[in-house]
Amino acid sequence: MHTKSVAQLVKGLRERQFSSVEVTRAYLDRIDALDSQYNSFITVDAAAALAAAGGADERLASGTANALTGIPIAHKDIFCTDGVRTSCGSRMLDNFVPPYDASVIQRFKSAGAVLLGKTNMDEFAMGSSNESSFYGPARNPWNTDLVPGGSSGGSAAAVAGLLAPAATGTDTGGSIRQPAAFCGITGLKPTYGRVSRLGIVAFASSLDQAGPMAHSAEDCAFLLNTMAGHDPLDSTSSTAATEDYCATLGDSLEGLRIGLPTEYFGEGLDVATGECINNALKELEAQGATLVEMSLPHSALTIPTYYIIAPAEASTNLARFDGVRYGYRCENPVDLHDLYSRTRQEGFGEEVKRRILVGTYALSAGYYDAYYKKAQQIRRLITQDFMHCFEQVDVIAGPTTPGPAFALGAKSDDPISMYLEDVYTLAVNLAGLPGMSLPAGFVEGKPVGLQLIGRHFSEARLLNVAHRFQQATDWHLRTPDSAKGGTL
Amino acid sequence: MAIEQGEIEKIAELSRIRISDEEIGQVTQRIAEILQMVDQLQAVDTHDVEPMANPLDATQRLRPDKVTQSNRRDAFQAIAPAVENGLYLVPKVIE
Repeated sequence: MHTKSVAQLVKGLRERQFSSVEVTRAYLDRIDALDSQYNSFITVDAAAALAAAGGADERLASGTANALTGIPIAHKDIFCTDGVRTSCGSRMLDNFVPPYDASVIQRFKSAGAVLLGKTNMDEFAMGSSNESSFYGPARNPWNTDLVPGGSSGGSAAAVAGLLAPAATGTDTGGSIRQPAAFCGITGLKPTYGRVSRLGIVAFASSLDQAGPMAHSAEDCAFLLNTMAGHDPLDSTSSTAATEDYCATLGDSLEGLRIGLPTEYFGEGLDVATGECINNALKELEAQGATLVEMSLPHSALTIPTYYIIAPAEASTNLARFDGVRYGYRCENPVDLHDLYSRTRQEGFGEEVKRRILVGTYALSAGYYDAYYKKAQQIRRLITQDFMHCFEQVDVIAGPTTPGPAFALGAKSDDPISMYLEDVYTLAVNLAGLPGMSLPAGFVEGKPVGLQLIGRHFSEARLLNVAHRFQQATDWHLRTPDSAKGGTL
Repeated sequence: MAIEQGEIEKIAELSRIRISDEEIGQVTQRIAEILQMVDQLQAVDTHDVEPMANPLDATQRLRPDKVTQSNRRDAFQAIAPAVENGLYLVPKVIE
């Protein structure tokens, strides 16, 4: 059961080969048996999941099922879920039970999906290793001494460990793609505005975007069909038409032009990781694609640009956590100032406080032009680099990360070395482009991710390229040894 | 641009984040490192480059000024740390 794809589960449920209660119970049993090694879930409400599955079975029996009726899905603990604790990986929201659903959650409910549980993440999605979670780090199923990546590390670990058939994530600077690469799964960050941000705890509002994480591009397409679309309650949500992202998965790659930015293959890229990427590119070439060398000249500026813009927006967004309306409040505040400043001292972890301070500095009087405005100008230069390239190529390809997953603790004391992890993923968010990561091999037993980047709103094309690659390779079908145990 | 501990204290005050005396040195050093890293932006010529606030250069969409949501005060106050008679309670502000 737990080795089936979302597409196979949908078919099996329709054909009454098994029930949603059976599928959901199978995954709940696996979580029970195996998640102590991964720590991939923060909250699981088994009774509620089984009740939802029972309702799904009734709809399947009465012929009123929708696209995902009866499919259990895990959600990153950043999506507000009505009546289910939404912690965002933080002590600040440890007691927060939202009175409403995020639009993404609502869409999954309308499609009939079962909420399996809420997954672990870096605190407020700030991190690349899942180590900043208040609930302790999630671990990589391929080797539990390694990080799963972040910030959507719990979602990646849950899917890789076969504790959920698919999951949602969010990506502000690589938080879907980097953990997907580290855990050997497929993840897609859609175009900015393609998926509603309503009810997603905000980190950096001009960069945040939610997307699917699953084993295959086909399953990601299936989920994106449910997630994508205009939301009048999110004023940055795009009104551009959506498509059936499954319809063109099998299209030929003949004539496809793939750009290879020299900056993504130079110094800093682990040699063995680079070899995996080159082999993957040869496969795409064999299917009729043409590889074109090109340049993204402002690549070296993406990290400093991002580490102005993201903290600036975070410092503004996180001002709402004041200990007054919801969330954590410190004990015995002596006055209002003490209430605010001690609540925030105690409720936020180190990395979150660091980013709030950097962001406040960048936005403060006298520094705004030198930092925030400057970063926004360079953001345009970075975006223009991509636009120039897309005049010549259809898709850009390269590694998702400079190397495979690193050990827990290896970078947690050095913020800047952690920031360098996202060197190939940040620019995609700055430019608002869709990007994805798919399994492309292993280095010493650790998965390697191939990144694909497309024009705005070209999700269908990216999924098509990824699907064709996965038809010819089996990297995405490999299962880590740690996931082979359990009760099934 | 080097940053002094006093500036961090001011920023922490603006951010309403208390930092203990034991932590302040370490926090200052970390933030100084980050500011040093982002300083390379200053060398880039951005004359005549329009700042980019939205990756699609979209502007804020407006909606008609009509009530579309119902009042859910009780549901929202049920999750607050302290409320009374529909009001959020904080420590006394005015003597």
